[in-house]
Amino acid sequence: MASDILFFIFAGFAIMCAISMVYHKNPLYSAISLVGVFIALSCLYVTLAAPFIAAVQILIYAGAIMVLVVFVIMLLNLDEDRRENRLGYLYAVGGGLGLILLAQTFFIFYAVMRAPQHNVNTDETAGRTISLGQAMYTEYLLPVEIVGVLLLMAIIGGVVMSRRLNQEQIETVVEAELERRQ
Amino acid sequence: MEAVLKTAFPFIVFSAAILAAFQGVLMIVAYTVLAERKVLGWMQGRVGPNRVGPWGVLQPFADLFKFIFKEDLVPDKSTKFVYFLAPLVALGCALLPIVVYPFGPRIADPLGWLVPYVADWPTIGPAVAWIAEQAVNMPLTIARIDIGVLFVLGITSVGVFGIMLAGWSSNSKYSLMGGLRSSAQMISYELAMGASVIGVVMLAGTLDLNGIIEAQIRSPFKWFIIPQFLGFVVFLIAAFAETNRVPFDLPEAETELVAGFHTEYSALKFALFFMAEYVNMFTVSVMCVTLFLGGWYVPGLGKILEPGSIPYALVSHVAFIGKICFFLFLYIWVRGTLPRFRFDQLMNFGWKFLLPLGIANIILTILVVYFLNS
Repeated sequence: MASDILFFIFAGFAIMCAISMVYHKNPLYSAISLVGVFIALSCLYVTLAAPFIAAVQILIYAGAIMVLVVFVIMLLNLDEDRRENRLGYLYAVGGGLGLILLAQTFFIFYAVMRAPQHNVNTDETAGRTISLGQAMYTEYLLPVEIVGVLLLMAIIGGVVMSRRLNQEQIETVVEAELERRQ
Repeated sequence: MEAVLKTAFPFIVFSAAILAAFQGVLMIVAYTVLAERKVLGWMQGRVGPNRVGPWGVLQPFADLFKFIFKEDLVPDKSTKFVYFLAPLVALGCALLPIVVYPFGPRIADPLGWLVPYVADWPTIGPAVAWIAEQAVNMPLTIARIDIGVLFVLGITSVGVFGIMLAGWSSNSKYSLMGGLRSSAQMISYELAMGASVIGVVMLAGTLDLNGIIEAQIRSPFKWFIIPQFLGFVVFLIAAFAETNRVPFDLPEAETELVAGFHTEYSALKFALFFMAEYVNMFTVSVMCVTLFLGGWYVPGLGKILEPGSIPYALVSHVAFIGKICFFLFLYIWVRGTLPRFRFDQLMNFGWKFLLPLGIANIILTILVVYFLNS
């Protein structure tokens, strides 16, 4: 009962923040709304007995990624997006996709109601740090390693792209760019 | 009536515990400000505040009333909503970690001594007996959660938003520069801080703050500062940078940025930022004490007093607060001693020295733990 009420509070907050994120024209307001979504989601994880995921959600998404996003917005001092109706036909595409999403939602509800009832695994310890760690480093070791290599590649890519070029390299890059534009 | 009271009991207890813990922490924080002014005064050959009350002990309250009754100026061209939101985010995120502080050891039977005295009283006797039964093995932590370390790190990392939003919404170039500097600094040093904590977590095998203290009691060293000295040094330096204190107080460097991100804030809103800074100092001191100095544990105390008794818990609690006060004093000491870094020095130090040191500490700890276990 109490967890139902909490679910509706946090889910409602998440949906409100998500709508406000899409609708605000000021990028900073959108970013703050997205932080609200992440915090509401992490509260939902806590009610689902997954405290580790909740803490990591706050730590990584709200505390690191969104801080970087806000940092870039502040650094570039982005103004409000005032381009009106630049891509008018996209409204039709968006509406169509929205209808498909709605149909999918109804289909899921329908399928769940038709499906035979299973006993849901309500193991309270499943979301604990120790069981997560054991699962990640035994059963799911290969996916974890692959994701690790992927992130490492992204980091190296970032370092390569942001490294300083010496004078000769800059000249070659500029010449190539000038040639391309002619 | 009785059933209602029994249902409401946990809420009453938690409300009282939260009130007591927040009030206690805020009082210590208020007196940290006074201690800072006093100690800095002595270090610089001055007297420090001594007008309000004997030796100036009522100065924090005078400051508070001054903040409340001052005129609250709001810049004309500021972004109002964000401008009001920023101090709330800063102080809220600073206060939230209080709920997981390990204030002391478990008390086996805190109210058992009271029961015989009131046993004959009509209603109160059974009520006290019931409450005493509920309070058996009472922990001195408000919320004993599995992931205390991550909770504290996560909430404090969200606290950066308060400073960034304040800098952005004030519509002043000094505020914006202060906000930018502060966020860059905090992102950089958060990594080193997280890296230094991992060694302790590996030795303890848990993320629970009380569990880490218990693991230290079980370990042969008693305090993790001995096997994790490198981690302790990295954590302490990163903690100074995270709280924007000297020698890393670039975000509010007076000579360059007036007052940094809170230049345009006045009256109570400024007081909220001010309090948030000192509560953050308290939080990192708590983390330092809990992770590296055994938390509430006093070596040898278990032989004099019985563990689980009320005197044992009291002495442990006082020891915990005492260790924290040492770190708070260290902050003031460093402020009176060291000059400020330059911004490029700060960034180079964080990324090229502190972070590699933290990672080296992780690898060393992994090797040691691996060879000890095999």
